[in-house]
Amino acid sequence: MSKPRTIIDKLWDSHVVAEKPGAPALIYIDLHLVHEVTSPQAFAGLRERGLKVRRPDLTFATTDHSTPTTPKTLPIVDPIAAAQVKQLEANAKEFGIPCFGYYSPNQGIVHVIGPENGLTQPGMTVVCGDSHTATHGAFGALAFGIGTSEVEMVLATQCLPQRRSKTFEVRVDGTLKSGVTAKDIILAVCAKIGIGGGTGSVFEYVGSAIRALTIEERMTVCNMSIEAGARAGLIAPDDTTYQYLNGRHFAPQGAAWDSAVARWRSLPTDEGATYDKSVSIDASSLEPMITFGTNPGMGIPISGAVPEPGSIADPIERESLKKALTYMALEAGKPLAGHPIDVVFVGSCTNSRISDLRAAAGVLKGRKVNPRVRVMVVPGSQQVKHQAEAEGLDRIFLDAGAEWREAGCSMCIAMNGDQLSPGQYSVSTSNRNFEGRQGKGGRTFLASPLTAAASAVTGVVTDVRKLAQ
Amino acid sequence: MIKFTPFSSKIVQFPIDNIDTDQIIPARFLKTISKDGLGDQLFNDWRYEADGTPKPDFVLNQDWARTRQVLLAGDNFGCGSSREHAPWALTQYGFRAVISTSFADIFKNNALKNSLLPIVVDAETHKRLLGSPKDTEVSIDLAGQTLTLADGSTVKFAVDEFSKYLLLEGVDELGYILQQDPAIRAFEAKRLDSINTLS
Repeated sequence: MSKPRTIIDKLWDSHVVAEKPGAPALIYIDLHLVHEVTSPQAFAGLRERGLKVRRPDLTFATTDHSTPTTPKTLPIVDPIAAAQVKQLEANAKEFGIPCFGYYSPNQGIVHVIGPENGLTQPGMTVVCGDSHTATHGAFGALAFGIGTSEVEMVLATQCLPQRRSKTFEVRVDGTLKSGVTAKDIILAVCAKIGIGGGTGSVFEYVGSAIRALTIEERMTVCNMSIEAGARAGLIAPDDTTYQYLNGRHFAPQGAAWDSAVARWRSLPTDEGATYDKSVSIDASSLEPMITFGTNPGMGIPISGAVPEPGSIADPIERESLKKALTYMALEAGKPLAGHPIDVVFVGSCTNSRISDLRAAAGVLKGRKVNPRVRVMVVPGSQQVKHQAEAEGLDRIFLDAGAEWREAGCSMCIAMNGDQLSPGQYSVSTSNRNFEGRQGKGGRTFLASPLTAAASAVTGVVTDVRKLAQ
Repeated sequence: MIKFTPFSSKIVQFPIDNIDTDQIIPARFLKTISKDGLGDQLFNDWRYEADGTPKPDFVLNQDWARTRQVLLAGDNFGCGSSREHAPWALTQYGFRAVISTSFADIFKNNALKNSLLPIVVDAETHKRLLGSPKDTEVSIDLAGQTLTLADGSTVKFAVDEFSKYLLLEGVDELGYILQQDPAIRAFEAKRLDSINTLS
């Protein structure tokens, strides 16, 4: 009998095209997603070399990062962003790549549209010039972010030279308490192992709490693998995965579907397979999590206090914490709950899917947002937007005093004009709280859609479980 | 790609842990469709006042820093996004190597593809470099995989054989992959496609 393997090993083994001594393995890429920001220089490189896109049928483009979230009846007013969007659409046309352009009914955040259209499937290798590509790992795919040189390599050859990563088991057992979500699981993972804890590794999320998650919740977990240092994070496929995928536009159909599912059922990690590293988290002890600092590993339970730099032995680490608290203008030892905020952002490839919007709407229904707070709700895609409108969620947001906007990355990366002003605080459902991430001088508290919506109502950081009924 | 040759340079000390790519090059400068002009925006938010004037106390704004080719950073340098604009900005400023105790995976890959050498040293060496005077010079020899400190002591650093070869010879990696076409075709011949483009 062959040695038991993890799903990570199986995905690797089945994609090796060539392996020569002294060189990294060449691995095949099943799905390449492309967006306007990290691709123009790659297309320019192809043009300079006179190369074609090898597999336009495995390549899909959309516009999301620099696109405005204002009504589509308005032009893109930023000329540099407009030129970038136009360039992607022109590149896609020239090289024969399907493109969900700015005005397409399928436009949206690259990590939202892949899954919702059935492009992302179990057993695949998926790459994109974006570090949150791990999102697609929720389907049992090996999905990771790449740079622009690598985008060019994949466009030209459909392959990438890669070194095998370490395998890292992230076990989450137990049952989540009410008010605690998938976002809180991943923020707890980041807080536990730190922003560099998974460097050189691929995570496999396992355990009863992971199995109990819906596919959209699994995407939230996998999405932030990079915030704990791992280029990829994945969850073995199961019936939850197949139920989600079945019938989606690009998913196999009929007999092809049956044989695909039969293949996918052999993907989960074998009994007895071992990992290079492991960490374990008890889901039933988790509280809603929130970050206080300037990287996603700086997170605490919402009832907790901001840590004291004095308690940290390592001098560089202590200085980093001090620097973070200075930037955030927070006092060590004080709780974060009750801290005034200026903006709430519900959106991003982490939390902009229909279930995220339903969760936020569930809190805001029949309530008003605090008049001091600007609340932006930005659906992940046009499809999510239409679904939400069909369910009347847009009315709930608008009646509460929130903004209901067009799909895109928006204030997660603040490239498109949606941004914080210097000194402002946000509670954001996005994935990064780096200095200036949501606008120069802006300060970000990362949290779940429930925490964001509860904080929108009160105007201060709020534990959704304590919001008055 | 240009060949990576041995060189000596004074270092710029920047001992902050977890310097992320949003600090190296903020996202608003990513709307460009070229690789040019990023060096002036390197560390923009730490480097310039709101009105665009350089902050007088920021290290990269010092005249003495402008000719230095080695950045000494804290742990986990380059965490965050996959933007290759980060190594583009660093090399356009003039850096040829970054020394740290660890690098984020995607940044490290991107750096190696742009003749920017990420050098991992142990905590002890890192401390020695940080403790050395501001004008300390180091020598970097990729072929020998050595970092020579001002006192003449030499530290070996690791680099994978393939990246080393590409850097030293200035070989184009895409050209290398294109040569694998027969293997790619053989793989494609037995590969099962599951994206349904018929509907």
